[in-house]
Amino acid sequence: MKIEEKFRELQEKGEGALIGFVTAGDPTPQDTVDIVDSLIEGGVDILELGLPFSDPIADGVVIQKASERSLKAGMNPDTYFRIAGEITSEIPKVCLTYYNLVLQRGLERFIVDCQNSGISGLIVPDLPIEEATPLLEACRKHDVDFIFLVAPTTMEDRLQKILGEASGFLYVVSVLGVTGAREGFSKAINPTLRRIKKLSPEIPLAVGFGISKPEHVKGVLKAGAQGVIVGSAFVKIIEGNRSDIRNAKEKIKELCRELKNATRNK
Amino acid sequence: MNMPDKHGKFIEYGGKFAPEVLMPAIEELEKGFKRYVKDPGFRKELDYYLKEFAGRPTPLYYARNLTEKVGGAKIYLKREDLVHGGSHKLNNTLGQALLAKKMGKKRIIAETGAGQHGVATAMAASAAGIECEVYMGTEDIERQKLNVFRMDLMDAKIIPVESGSCTLKDAINEAMRDWLTNVETTYYLIGSIVGPHPYPLMVREFQKIIGEETRKQIIDKEGVLPDYIVACVGGGSNAIGISHEFLGDEVELVGVEAGGKGIESGEHGATLSAGTSGVLHGTYSKLLQDKYGQINISYSIAAGLDYPGVGPELSYLAEKGRLKVASVTDDEALEAFKLLSRVEGIVPALESAHAVYHAVEMAKELDEDKTIIVNLSGRGDKDVFVVAEALGVKL
Repeated sequence: MKIEEKFRELQEKGEGALIGFVTAGDPTPQDTVDIVDSLIEGGVDILELGLPFSDPIADGVVIQKASERSLKAGMNPDTYFRIAGEITSEIPKVCLTYYNLVLQRGLERFIVDCQNSGISGLIVPDLPIEEATPLLEACRKHDVDFIFLVAPTTMEDRLQKILGEASGFLYVVSVLGVTGAREGFSKAINPTLRRIKKLSPEIPLAVGFGISKPEHVKGVLKAGAQGVIVGSAFVKIIEGNRSDIRNAKEKIKELCRELKNATRNK
Repeated sequence: MNMPDKHGKFIEYGGKFAPEVLMPAIEELEKGFKRYVKDPGFRKELDYYLKEFAGRPTPLYYARNLTEKVGGAKIYLKREDLVHGGSHKLNNTLGQALLAKKMGKKRIIAETGAGQHGVATAMAASAAGIECEVYMGTEDIERQKLNVFRMDLMDAKIIPVESGSCTLKDAINEAMRDWLTNVETTYYLIGSIVGPHPYPLMVREFQKIIGEETRKQIIDKEGVLPDYIVACVGGGSNAIGISHEFLGDEVELVGVEAGGKGIESGEHGATLSAGTSGVLHGTYSKLLQDKYGQINISYSIAAGLDYPGVGPELSYLAEKGRLKVASVTDDEALEAFKLLSRVEGIVPALESAHAVYHAVEMAKELDEDKTIIVNLSGRGDKDVFVVAEALGVKL
């Protein structure tokens, strides 16, 4: 399913999108399909599946450790695309990875692999718009959305450029920093959302970094976002229950339900 | 052609592969650098510190004993080991710390491998009166205790990094994460010609003084340009520092990488010799990586050469054939370390000992009318524990 369709469908229902992230292959490649199932059963609207990189500079310690576990367990792009293909749910799937992995596979081959395994969007946090042209071309050719990140520090001229190329949704970074659950959630996101909406009322905005609780979800949706991205909170559950995946699955499903509930009646 | 171009590219190498959060800061840095590098007031202040604080110019020393012992080309040493702090690193940190101050930044962060860049950053930050925190891998903290203590004495806060291989690469990752978080107040002072544009350009600009001095000095002493310039290559700042001035001349430039336990062993830091192209730490350059693009862990007895990447300009120069690339193993570097100490009374940094070894090998094969300049990028005091251990001596 295309990302845009999903956002349209949710809008008609008056819901925000819950985008759930886990690192593929964490703690082992065999667990990923099961863990993803629990996210889907918990009601996640879009799945963001991380392809781990050895040096993930935009990630906080929780996802760094997940990447290390996954790579140690033998994760690689070949296995990643096979696993992604085994996830048969209708919901849109998005790949998050770092640019060097895309580059080494070959831009076009990477995108074709996305397409063949049912991945309809790609997020590359270390690829700014200045360097993105070749990958954008490959994405367009194969109908995969390239999802840009926008930060509170992104000023109007950059924002204009990014909006000119963006599709799917815009990943709005809530705070300056790296991924990871935070206790309090900053309201600093509100002006950023307003600035973007003013320039482009159409593209869905999903806010990520630091969202882990239903009240964060409600706050972000109330501020005008169409979706939330939750990653580290799920990954932390996996980390704490790696010897008991069944337990991890239950807890993920439970958190997912709570968060999904918070996206309703926005 | 002027390299890099306005996108920070050396033909295909270089660029700015940084997260969106950092892009405005990178643009701000580019503007700040462009503005101040030409500003007479800034130049004057920097020149003052380079002379009065760092002790520049450094001598170009004719290593007579070494030359006679080897019996071949004349060997000169550009004595960057005599720069305050013990290495060429201060040239760059002074430039960037003064820039940070002009740009109104309240805090400087840096990464360090051998600790030399950390020490030089601590010094420059003290001189500029700015708070300083240094990221250092726990493996390197262990290997370079002396420098850790020196940084501490100079009021820099050390932040141990325990992720990945616990070395320079991971210290850079962590420093970048800090910068992402504190980008509005913090200046990230990168120590080599790596990272997103404008760092490779900026660090070269602050290091090229090595080559500028060298040109005048060799003309004074020999009346002609040298035949060869040899420098060790980790990230590449001392190599580009001495070489940049000679890019347009008929001088053969040689970069010497860390052969570690031998390139065949897989345990080395010889990125230009054995790497492939990819993106790490904000730039497109040669890397040590697997076929999927995961970064390999590098290795060298010299912590300052223990990095799986290299500056994009050196990747470009090596590919073009302008920079010849060689590698020297741990054992060979140790041999040169002992040799230079014994015959010249100069204890080189283990990093620089790689260049010394290769220069000696070259000199043997050359006629006496040829000259080789080695960039003696640092002194070896910091390495005595590592060397003693390698030689089985208990200190």
